[in-house]
Amino acid sequence: MKAFTYQRADSTTQAAAAAVKPGAKIIAGGTNLLDLMKLQVETPSRLVDISRLPLDKIEETPGGGLRIGALVRNSDLAADRRVRQRYGVLSRALLAGASAQLRNKATTGGNLLQRTRCYYFYDVTKPCNKRSPGSGCAALAGFNRIHAILGTSDHCIATHPSDMAVAMRALDANVETVDREGETKIIPIAEFHRLPGTTPEIETSLKPGEIITAVTLPPPPAGVQVYRKVRDRASYAFALVSVAAIVDSAQGRIRSARLAFGGLALKPWRSPQAEQSLANAPATMATFDTAANALLEGARGFGGNDFKIPLTRRTLHSVLAETTRA
Amino acid sequence: MDENESNTAPDASNAFEVTRRTVIETGTTALLLTTLPRAALAVGPVDANEPSLPAVTVELRINGNLRSLTLDPRTTLLDALREHLALTGSKKGCDHGQCGACTVLIEGRRINSCLTLAVMHDGQSVTTIEGLAEGDNLHPLQAAFVEHDGFQCGYCTSGQICSAIGMLAESRGGMPSYVTEDLTHPAAELSDAEIRERMSGNICRCAAYPNIVAAIQQVAGTPT
Repeated sequence: MKAFTYQRADSTTQAAAAAVKPGAKIIAGGTNLLDLMKLQVETPSRLVDISRLPLDKIEETPGGGLRIGALVRNSDLAADRRVRQRYGVLSRALLAGASAQLRNKATTGGNLLQRTRCYYFYDVTKPCNKRSPGSGCAALAGFNRIHAILGTSDHCIATHPSDMAVAMRALDANVETVDREGETKIIPIAEFHRLPGTTPEIETSLKPGEIITAVTLPPPPAGVQVYRKVRDRASYAFALVSVAAIVDSAQGRIRSARLAFGGLALKPWRSPQAEQSLANAPATMATFDTAANALLEGARGFGGNDFKIPLTRRTLHSVLAETTRA
Repeated sequence: MDENESNTAPDASNAFEVTRRTVIETGTTALLLTTLPRAALAVGPVDANEPSLPAVTVELRINGNLRSLTLDPRTTLLDALREHLALTGSKKGCDHGQCGACTVLIEGRRINSCLTLAVMHDGQSVTTIEGLAEGDNLHPLQAAFVEHDGFQCGYCTSGQICSAIGMLAESRGGMPSYVTEDLTHPAAELSDAEIRERMSGNICRCAAYPNIVAAIQQVAGTPT
């Protein structure tokens, strides 16, 4: 680990001001950042600790939704009675992620900002455009079993590792931020994470010094909520494919479906075409197939991850069958 | 396991404790320490050419005792415990939050002590494996691990036990898990599947899992 100075922030605006200084990095739960600092993937020279700021509340919003403070722990969010009752897909997604020890530390804001688990991003001896822009992508022709099949570019085929963010994407959450001038902003989660394009080092739409203060959830949409995670072992592993589904159906007919996918792209993935194909359609295998075709149009494997294309199709089938079962 | 064997365990750990303290008192360890750069011991892999930045003072309540430390800010909580306080019960396995051997309780909640900085816990209370027994009376989970043979090499054991304490508190507080069928009504009793899921952050390379589950199951079924 490289040496750094340590500072505990007293306010979000103070933290935002400190965060724009050269070499500065915000730390909250630290479960991802410290891991990367030990490997010198991250080498901040100043660490700004925001973990004691009063951003750890979950509150009802006037519109019937929830406002989740950026420092709410993943375990506290998963266990919150309102989340369990109204946003089961979010609770289940959180419980599917990491281990209990990590969930007791990891925060809502930090979870959104976690870096990819691409092996080559973690290995500082290998080229990686995300870690070292312009150095190349070792995953393209390397071991790419865990990599993306949608929204990739010639510069990066990494995936975003979060489960929580996938559920939030299905719920159309909004990310609230503040900058050093105290200016607040609301970013729809669909626009929060960026696809790699030619600049995979830019991962979110946050500006320098802009700090996440909360995530808000609109009132829960109608329908059955499910989070299905497919992985290499039964627990404590990242998703190969995951689906956050909210499906409203009755008597074998789907009214509406929201589907967000993890493990497929550098951001939680939604396909408007797939969702449209399910609206007002009978809950049949043919309908599910049409939705899978729409979702996977343009999907591309890189050798090791070719299996993700049929795996995604089967997982989607299974989730739709489960959520439309009378 | 027979009764004699289970009775030897606390004595054995006491003997080790005395030996380790004796070593420190006689200065053998101090001699060893001087042969390595201090930072290497305190913070793991560091750039040797890199000067340390200003030290930080940290107060931690460890197993009920207030301890004040002056540390390189890079020092993880695990390294503070092991290298600065000689509390070597918490183990360093992977040092990346993947194995759970370093699990301790902060304000009663289980975390990976390798993935947090000591300075971030200034003023907080830490419970380690050394703080569980009351004199010669083992904590019920320690006794259950001995009784059910919940280990082979023992390296993961202190993390397993601290994790299980945190897990039982979570479960009694109504925390569901990924395998909980109805998230709004977690079952009061923990099935083996629930224990396995809730303990998945603690890896045992000897694969003593059936016995670990049995040990935890015994304590989970005991009213507190």
